[in-house]
Amino acid sequence: MIPISAYLIVAAVLFGIGTVGVLISRNMIVVFMCVELMLNAANLALIAFSRALNIMDGHVFVFLALAVAAAEAAVGLAIVLAVYRNRETVNIDRFDMMKW
Amino acid sequence: MIDITAAGLDFSLIAPEIALLVAAFIILLTGYVRGLSNLSFTIAFIGLVVGIALSVGQWGQQASGFYGMVTCDNFGVAFKVMFASITLLVLLLGTRYMKSRGILKPEYYALLLISTMGMMVMANTTDLVVMFLGLEIMSIPLYVLAGFARRSLESNESGLKYFIMGSFASAFLLMGIAFIFGASGTTELRRIVADIGFIIDHHRIFLYTGVTLILVGFGFKVAAVPFHSWVPDVYQGAPTPVTAFFSVGPKAAGFAVLLRIFLFGFAGLAFLSSVFWVLAVLTMTIGNVLALRQKNVKRLLAYSSIAHAGYILVALAVGGENAISAAVFYLVAYAVFNLGGFAVVTLLETRSGCKSDFVELPGLSKAHPYLSAVLALFMFALSGFPPTVGFFGKFYLFAAAVKANFIWLTVIGVMNSFLSVYYYLRVIKASYIDPSEKSWAPVTYSPAMLVVLFITVIGTLGLGLFPQQLLQFAREAIFAFL
Amino acid sequence: MFETFFPILLLVVFATLLAILLVTFSILFGRRTKLGKKGESYECGIDPVGSTKDPVPVKFYLIAILFIIFDLEVVFLYPWAVISRKLGLFGFIEMLVFVVILLVGYFYILSRGALKWD
Repeated sequence: MIPISAYLIVAAVLFGIGTVGVLISRNMIVVFMCVELMLNAANLALIAFSRALNIMDGHVFVFLALAVAAAEAAVGLAIVLAVYRNRETVNIDRFDMMKW
Repeated sequence: MIDITAAGLDFSLIAPEIALLVAAFIILLTGYVRGLSNLSFTIAFIGLVVGIALSVGQWGQQASGFYGMVTCDNFGVAFKVMFASITLLVLLLGTRYMKSRGILKPEYYALLLISTMGMMVMANTTDLVVMFLGLEIMSIPLYVLAGFARRSLESNESGLKYFIMGSFASAFLLMGIAFIFGASGTTELRRIVADIGFIIDHHRIFLYTGVTLILVGFGFKVAAVPFHSWVPDVYQGAPTPVTAFFSVGPKAAGFAVLLRIFLFGFAGLAFLSSVFWVLAVLTMTIGNVLALRQKNVKRLLAYSSIAHAGYILVALAVGGENAISAAVFYLVAYAVFNLGGFAVVTLLETRSGCKSDFVELPGLSKAHPYLSAVLALFMFALSGFPPTVGFFGKFYLFAAAVKANFIWLTVIGVMNSFLSVYYYLRVIKASYIDPSEKSWAPVTYSPAMLVVLFITVIGTLGLGLFPQQLLQFAREAIFAFL
Repeated sequence: MFETFFPILLLVVFATLLAILLVTFSILFGRRTKLGKKGESYECGIDPVGSTKDPVPVKFYLIAILFIIFDLEVVFLYPWAVISRKLGLFGFIEMLVFVVILLVGYFYILSRGALKWD
């Protein structure tokens, strides 16, 4: 039996990679993928806890979180697409019209 | 195992949400049918009025349904009425502006309604997962609304930034909920409250990690420093009526949930008070300092909204009945005069080419004496001058803080209020004293806008004259809370 | 601990061995040609034409975005399907409501012409 800490470590690592990716990446699509990675890390943690505690609730929450992530992905891609049509770039550093 | 039957579902508890959702669906389905497309505004209006009426009907109820997923109490009802009223005002103040920019589409109404419904879901529950779902139902339409002016580069940028920061925050929140679930085996706040001693003893690390992550997630949502950096850009770039909505609706919803989670659910964790102490001080100070040198009124109001979030965070640091009712009072008051301020900005921006920079204000007092007087009134209210409701909002908050012996927090808060007077007065100075160079393009009022201005002015002055009544209402709202 | 992970270790070892074996065999016994078709990306298939970075029409993205949503919402039908007998008529009506909500989205998309290909 693999201990729950193993799953949690994987979830934490995924979450960390996602966070760092969002903060340092220059490409919108990559930022977007990193956010999805963070959401899925949370899903992994939920499943692991659910299994360890032997409560089914966590599994149901993961279903809900998946649906939310899908809706977010759709809206996010649509926004990226709209931005790309106007700006012809997906580089985050170029979105600096408004400052201070 | 729970045996699920129809008997467990009491749909009257979520009737207001259903009303808004149905209205939004009708708008989506009829919006592009020839002959019916002009009805969108009416349908949205009716939906909101029905929503408010149904929410008011739930007042005084103390019920829980859907197997603990939905809780209907005065606190939730008060916020539900508030959300729907805010949306109603935004609907009235924004239609003309959206039309003048060529972006008045049926989706605008539908997204506003669905977002409002999300806020209601957030306020109407004590379950963390339902709160998360409500938050997402609220946020996802907001991302679209921020970028609603598809051809405008600023709006694009605003939508993109809001989306990235918003989904980033959601990920933190979900992770936090996962850890709370791991620590307590439930996401129901009432069950967590009952077990909090056991959880602290046995799963301290999971609990603290979860609480911290949730705090970060909501910190982003209510724009607490250091998670505020997205606010000015998003507020400035979004279409002005949408900004008006952002600055009051989601903020109130965020605080409703924060109050529930941290002053009810995790009230047993003593260290949270000092965390909120630091957050409150940082948020109001940095919000005010950064607002000092702004050149754009919308951006100024964005920083001011950060500062106001800081004042409300004082209530979270203090805790207790007085502070919570003061926070509810402040949220209502802030919604009234901030919407009023944005209504004036929206009105000014319906003139072509106007981006509400400070340099465009001079001459306003000569061309439109009434409008500039109204603008001045809202600025006085925002800075907290006595005859307005803004003064009493701050007064009750700081009084609660003093009573609970948070002297330094109060001193810093009051000093911040004085600091904020400077930049609010700059707006008044620009419209009254600064010499105008070019001729002033006249503003034309629409009936809907006049209604909004009337309501917000009456609210700002009237609630300022009778603050006791509003405070009494706030107390009743949190009656079953603690 | 060891018993739990032993199968995985075994798998890793076999996979590595097999890979090494196949590569060495092909180096030892294979014939080598460096001409013509060998240098192309698809040895047996259509000849590649042009760059792979051709812009794809926006239509594809739109369909993909819509697909994500409708695809994932179906996830809620599975748990219901597992115990649909137990939930009976009540569960069926609840699921109907859910599907109707999805249908509203579908009809909205239709009315905006997002699925028209031309």
